[in-house]
Amino acid sequence: MDFNDTPEEAAFRKEVRAWLDANATRKSDDKASFRARNDDPNLLKKAKEWQAKKAAAGYARMTWPKEFGGRGASPILQVIYQQEESNYLVPLGFFDIGLGMCIPTMMAYASPEHLKRYVKPALHGEEIWCQLFSEPAAGSDVAGIRTRAERDGDAGWVINGQKVWTSGAHYSDYGIIITRTDPNVPKHQGLTMFFLSMKTPGVEVRPIKQMSGGANFNEVFFTNVRIPDSQRLGKVGEGWKAALTTLMNERLAVGLPSGGLDVDELMELARDTDLDDGPAIRNQQVRSKIADWYVQQQGLKLTRYRTLTALSKGQTPGPESSIIKIVAAPKMQDMGAFAMELMGPAGIMKEDVPQAAGFQAQWIGGAGFRIAGGTDEILRNIVAERVLGLPPDVRVDKDVPFNQLGKK
Amino acid sequence: MNFDFSDDQKLLKEQVRKFLADKCPTKVVRRVLDGPEAYADEVWKGLVELGVPATGIPEAYGGLGLSPLELCVIAEEIGRAAAPVPFDSSVVLATEAIKLAGSEAQKKKWLPLLAEGKAVGTLAVSEGAQPPRPRNIATTFGGGFLNGKKVPVADGDAATFAIVLAKNGLVIVDLAQKGVTKKRVETIDPARKHAEVTFDGASAELLGTEGDGWNLLERLYDAAAVYFAFSQVGGAEAAMWMACDYALQRQAFGRAIGSYQAIKHKLADCYVKLELARSNAYYGAMMLTDGGADLPLAAAAARIAATDAYDFASKENIQTHGGIGFTWEADTQFHYRRARVMALSLGGPMAWKDKLVTRLEQKNVT
Repeated sequence: MDFNDTPEEAAFRKEVRAWLDANATRKSDDKASFRARNDDPNLLKKAKEWQAKKAAAGYARMTWPKEFGGRGASPILQVIYQQEESNYLVPLGFFDIGLGMCIPTMMAYASPEHLKRYVKPALHGEEIWCQLFSEPAAGSDVAGIRTRAERDGDAGWVINGQKVWTSGAHYSDYGIIITRTDPNVPKHQGLTMFFLSMKTPGVEVRPIKQMSGGANFNEVFFTNVRIPDSQRLGKVGEGWKAALTTLMNERLAVGLPSGGLDVDELMELARDTDLDDGPAIRNQQVRSKIADWYVQQQGLKLTRYRTLTALSKGQTPGPESSIIKIVAAPKMQDMGAFAMELMGPAGIMKEDVPQAAGFQAQWIGGAGFRIAGGTDEILRNIVAERVLGLPPDVRVDKDVPFNQLGKK
Repeated sequence: MNFDFSDDQKLLKEQVRKFLADKCPTKVVRRVLDGPEAYADEVWKGLVELGVPATGIPEAYGGLGLSPLELCVIAEEIGRAAAPVPFDSSVVLATEAIKLAGSEAQKKKWLPLLAEGKAVGTLAVSEGAQPPRPRNIATTFGGGFLNGKKVPVADGDAATFAIVLAKNGLVIVDLAQKGVTKKRVETIDPARKHAEVTFDGASAELLGTEGDGWNLLERLYDAAAVYFAFSQVGGAEAAMWMACDYALQRQAFGRAIGSYQAIKHKLADCYVKLELARSNAYYGAMMLTDGGADLPLAAAAARIAATDAYDFASKENIQTHGGIGFTWEADTQFHYRRARVMALSLGGPMAWKDKLVTRLEQKNVT
């Protein structure tokens, strides 16, 4: 047992480091650069430039086939690239959904002409894609969407409805969208998937201000949006199958937030905090919590190493990585809240208290992280059903035509 | 990245698993639980034939000279079967204590006997109501003689020798001698027999340096914590699948109870804790094998995660079974009892959490 690279992996890591050294700045302080990056108003422009550079060097999507700009490489090499890249001051994050979810769905269903047109600009950061799935009335139960697509003559469709929680819609050029094309059949059967330009007349994007103050999500309204039938992905009525292709990739695309505070910073805070019986780090309740979170932090890191081991050996990883977000999200929220408690009443202050901002960000961001990309509850269902083999919940709407749901 | 067991180690694991599935089904655990036997002798003899006690003993002392990784995969299977055999006492604690602190002569004397299954060892630390701390150990060793009382001692009435923590050091003592009285004590887990062992001028010899007992014990516990963690992981997994099997069969309100989220989420949490424990245990195994500097921290993390996983899975297994799970005839009790015995025997989670943070502080200083 060891954490070492194989000779091939080591050689690749060296190559990547040399390339990164030549093209980017190494981080001096992880946390400071994380903050700097998030405050930069030119971030999108810089991210596009970096993506172009990366794609030109062949590092952007190494597992993709060569014809699409990849290297047909093992996933472990892509992971090694990302591990190395995370040590450098580079803007990331805008392309994960497009390249991780939308384009793979396109690859499965779009025509060769469309692939020729769209894959390369996406890979090189020239065009950004978003995923138009969730709706006000369809979150975890995403097959319950209501946005309609109706035939518009033989050659086209007209879309009406509303999507929500669409990450990055405000800077996206294209999107894949799931619509209801037949409300007279049960919900999973009446869906169809399309892709469309976000500049199509009738598409309106409105950012949603989040509880955390950020605005990464959007509402997207569709009013008589006309698109040609050639932009359909998969057969009419088989949108659910296409959506599963996308969602299968979601777990990989919604990564862990990086650069956040963790047990080291909590210990630092506990050393500097004065309680009745001395520094908080000497208090048994505090120690007990630090130990629990350390065990989780290590457990997640090491679980990831097990997955990487399978990838490194060319095997299919086991289901162990399905625990990661279930553990990481509540840990983030709870640890943030606990650190604020250690600071006393001043833990609520947005200024003057060192470290407060970071832990507050975790406390508030954790509330969102427990929901995004599959709620705690949905993820537990997935583990129970796919890993433990327990039966799915009874679905009372399974055989009922969509337009009869909720009617007695 | 090679954070996994080798194919050979997985094969060994499979072999032990098959042996135990065949020779140590739950009815054997029940037989020991209900009966007077100290342990399941036929299972123990079979494990000796398979070479289990010899696994971690160097070839020079009659063992197989395999790495800790082999013993870890075996421990997982022992735990999965909740096997009523003196594995923890003899193969883990007594053997590792001699390997850690024994003189050349002591190794030559005891390790070959352990490897062949001719000796069964145990570790005697606790002296009753107070948790063992250096200041409340009353047992004394002097002039070659041991005086004091240890209780509870796992496998204390069946073991042929014991490693005993005395005030002034660790000692090794033959239990088949005048001056040693053994009396079985009732515990929460009758499938793992415990005894009160009284030393009244029993002849004994030091294991390691005089005055170094507590320090040696801590180091022994670090190694043991890793092996125990694998055993706990095996037990937790067995309890989890027992609960899943039942949740698939048992119908309530017109459907399998496993289709209700209250049950599913509970069992998903068993899986989450199990995988956190497994990953931490793997790292412990890796550190144990390399003599890695990170062993104290890795062992503590493995111990905490595995204790949590086993406690949780074993109690929620009973809960999933409902009333039938609380009957004497149900197999659910085996893991519930064993989980608690294992949780307490090297010191409980509270003590290990404190230790873990101390070690984190030390690491951050250096």
